[in-house]
Amino acid sequence: MKIFWKRFKRNKLAVAGGVIVVVLFVIAVLAPFISPFNPNDIDRKHILEPPGARHPLGTDDLGRDVLSRMLYGSRISLAVGFIAAGIATITGMLLGAVSGYYGGWTDRAMMRFIDIMLSIPTFFLVLAVIAFVGPSIWNIMIVIGFTSWMGVARLVRAEFLSLKEREFVLAAKALGASDMRIILRHIMVNSMAPVFVSAILGVASAILVESALSFLGIGVQPPTPSWGNMLTSGKDNIEIAWWLSLFPGIAILITVLSYNLFGEGLRDALDPRLWRD
Amino acid sequence: MVCAGKTPEIQNRALKMLTYLIKRLLEMIPTLFGITLLSFFIIHLAPGKPTDILTELNPKITPEARLKLEKYYGLDKPIIVQYGMWLKRIVKLDFGESFSGDRRPVMERIWDTKKPLLERRLFITFLINVLSMLIIFIIAVPVGIFSATHQYSLYDKITTTSVFIGFAIPSFWLALLLMMLFGVHLGWLPISGLKSMNYDSLTLMEKIWDRTLHLLLPVFVSSFGGLAGLSRYMRGSMLEVLRQDYVTTARAKGLSEKRVIYGHALRNALLPIITLLGLSVPGLIGGSVIFENIFGIPGMGQLFFMGVMTRDYPLIMGILTIGAILTLIGNLLADIGYMLADPRIRVK
Repeated sequence: MKIFWKRFKRNKLAVAGGVIVVVLFVIAVLAPFISPFNPNDIDRKHILEPPGARHPLGTDDLGRDVLSRMLYGSRISLAVGFIAAGIATITGMLLGAVSGYYGGWTDRAMMRFIDIMLSIPTFFLVLAVIAFVGPSIWNIMIVIGFTSWMGVARLVRAEFLSLKEREFVLAAKALGASDMRIILRHIMVNSMAPVFVSAILGVASAILVESALSFLGIGVQPPTPSWGNMLTSGKDNIEIAWWLSLFPGIAILITVLSYNLFGEGLRDALDPRLWRD
Repeated sequence: MVCAGKTPEIQNRALKMLTYLIKRLLEMIPTLFGITLLSFFIIHLAPGKPTDILTELNPKITPEARLKLEKYYGLDKPIIVQYGMWLKRIVKLDFGESFSGDRRPVMERIWDTKKPLLERRLFITFLINVLSMLIIFIIAVPVGIFSATHQYSLYDKITTTSVFIGFAIPSFWLALLLMMLFGVHLGWLPISGLKSMNYDSLTLMEKIWDRTLHLLLPVFVSSFGGLAGLSRYMRGSMLEVLRQDYVTTARAKGLSEKRVIYGHALRNALLPIITLLGLSVPGLIGGSVIFENIFGIPGMGQLFFMGVMTRDYPLIMGILTIGAILTLIGNLLADIGYMLADPRIRVK
């Protein structure tokens, strides 16, 4: 743990990413207290106002404050990112563990299933399912989660394949431990590190997918502010209001970038193969 | 493929490659079957029926008329029977009739033989994706190699940073920014559609130029994400290969650094990249919904979006199936490329 912390600290970008991840959390929690305006207050007198003293990031086509909407939007992005990545990680862990531990036809069937899932243009499927079941924030989380577990499953399976023949597992087996106990208490804990990293990276990609869906109009529905649907109004007013297209995009960029830097930094710090120096 | 006069060993290798390819082709059939089965069930079991839209549009529609319509579409039968019926038609490449609009056959909407090639939806999407993949490959490979051979140099740091940013930029936002810059402010590039209003009055050269200008932004946007990813992997793969013993051996033999990198390391470093390029096909196809929507391109992605909005089952299934077939072909081509690049199974 000590070596890990020392190695992680040396990677300045990863630390910066981690700090921003924390800051974003704080912003999401404090959104009602730090927003200068109510995000849904329509002000017909100040429509499409460029950034200025009153509205630091301008107003949208209904006169709503862009900064306040962005602050509230961070709640949506983080909630979707975390819950979708959580669903994907748990699903992937379960399927990967069963596949790697039991092997045989279970494993073969599971690998086939993963191949199939990877060959479907998943964004198409996500789009279709969400459009059918109705674009609520819960549906988005669930659908993104259940279409992005394949990477974790492969990862966990590989860990299980290499760990299940190790002495400590064989010893546990010889002592009569149940399959369930061996899977959870002996192997899973030893493969948690890479899973955690991929979950962090999964948050970033779920945020990207949510913003794309909301941008297309089948994600988070207005008036609930999300960075993706704010960009839709940016597109509608592209010839007159540059700030509507610029700022929400920067928010997505910074968020996704921080999670990626943080995740990759963790991975490098946790990977013993890179511990040479 | 197998020529007389070659040593039996090489003949053997060629034969092995051929059997492998045939095996891969046969393996594609159950995978495709699985994909269509899975998609069909997900699409059909999701709440809401295509007839709901009609009811929403016309509240006066009677329950009897609705049932009649469901019967007409075959929606009243058990789902497994519906899938069987769909499958029976699909072997003849008949995706059925579209539920919405003018009820044309799905195949005609995707691949309209009455229109010139450049105006057919599948071709448009295919063209943009192929161009994107070419650009990704042509740019990402040299960028990655140079980053790896100049590890920790200023150049490497700049590309690594740009790659991270490239990963995090939502492609639709990039599209918006570029539209704003080149279309609205500078007025250099068209921001919508595939050709200008006055296209028919242009000369041949002007027509080609017009099409190129229209394709510039969409192709750039659709290749951007892949560009970042692939150059990162190329760098990693090259670094990995440069650490191998045979590279040290090659250097110890006194070969020039150029020979070491391009003669010995490159082929091996390319192997995982080729596989990745194949795996990126579904992502590219999925992304086409987004950029075709933004740039108003009449391709398959736009059609899919329209199909989703009207719950047009046959159209959705048709496009999902075509997307899956393209993906499998992409994977197969990647496998072939892998074999051609792999020095261990090179046929001289």
